[in-house]
Amino acid sequence: MSVKEYIRERYFPHMWCPGCGHGTILNSLLHAVDQLQLDKKDLVMTSGIGCSARISGYVDFHSLHTIHGRALAFATGVKLSKPELKLIVPMGDGDALAIGGNHFIHAARRNIDITAIVMNNRIYGMTGGQFSPLSGAGKKATTAPYSTIDSAFDVVKLATAAGASFVARSTAYHVLETIDILKKAINHKGFSVVEILSQCPTHYGRKNKEGNASQMLKFQKDTTAKIGSKALEKNPLLIPRGIFVDNDVPEYCQAYDEVIERAMKGRKA
Amino acid sequence: MARLKLKEHVINRDWCKGCGICVDFCPKQVLELDSKEKVIAARPEDCICCKLCELRCPDLAIEVLTDRDDKND
Repeated sequence: MSVKEYIRERYFPHMWCPGCGHGTILNSLLHAVDQLQLDKKDLVMTSGIGCSARISGYVDFHSLHTIHGRALAFATGVKLSKPELKLIVPMGDGDALAIGGNHFIHAARRNIDITAIVMNNRIYGMTGGQFSPLSGAGKKATTAPYSTIDSAFDVVKLATAAGASFVARSTAYHVLETIDILKKAINHKGFSVVEILSQCPTHYGRKNKEGNASQMLKFQKDTTAKIGSKALEKNPLLIPRGIFVDNDVPEYCQAYDEVIERAMKGRKA
Repeated sequence: MARLKLKEHVINRDWCKGCGICVDFCPKQVLELDSKEKVIAARPEDCICCKLCELRCPDLAIEVLTDRDDKND
């Protein structure tokens, strides 16, 4: 089956800018779903607001384009009512960690079986290039013409501390790694967080003089290294990529079913 | 494992936005942007069918058809 089977072709070409990393992430996700041979009727994608959130319109799964930051809350509702469905929740950095920061940490704490993808382009692209909680100190944005003074979250550390049972990071450049990680994240029983570094040549790249899409991708290649690699050992300032957490812990829907069983004391509903 | 043999590069010119990612990261410089800033396979004979262009394209605008794929279909 071709990845085209999983998209709504009538909405293409998509609205993302030329060279946007979000398109590549969509591409990787489609390949992951295709390689897992998942039925699109078993997949639900919920998304919030922003450039990233438009992804739910392009995939031919069950899809919910919801309110800003609340994609995980909607996904939690869907999952609890229909645990047999697979939930994929792509979010932007602002959507996931500013507006939806609370939903993010609590979904991780509950360990509900949802795959959360943080498409991290370090900026609010759709609204004109405001800095986000993942921009990091010393970066320029339309709301920080003299550079930001806010530190960035580390998505991997945050998700790990909040209790996510699968945590990984990749980039839009490292497509083969992304596909592999996404396949594992989708198959993981529990809350999976995959941070994928993405490029926004229109706002972030232009403001921070990082060049065009290809130069930004090369930057992702040069500033990251696989965990356990020699390169990372030599230069710990590089951003580590790979799977950081992969734990087998009780999943929320399963635990909830057990509560129902205890409450019913063997009686039939 | 049998080597993949190139059949053709299927390029959707309506979807290609000319970002040039496929051109810049092709290990064999097979691809080029034409005068309309759309990608074309300028040197298909050099293609090694790694399909990185297909995987990295943000617009799903390029597909590398190979002989082994046909058998699978």
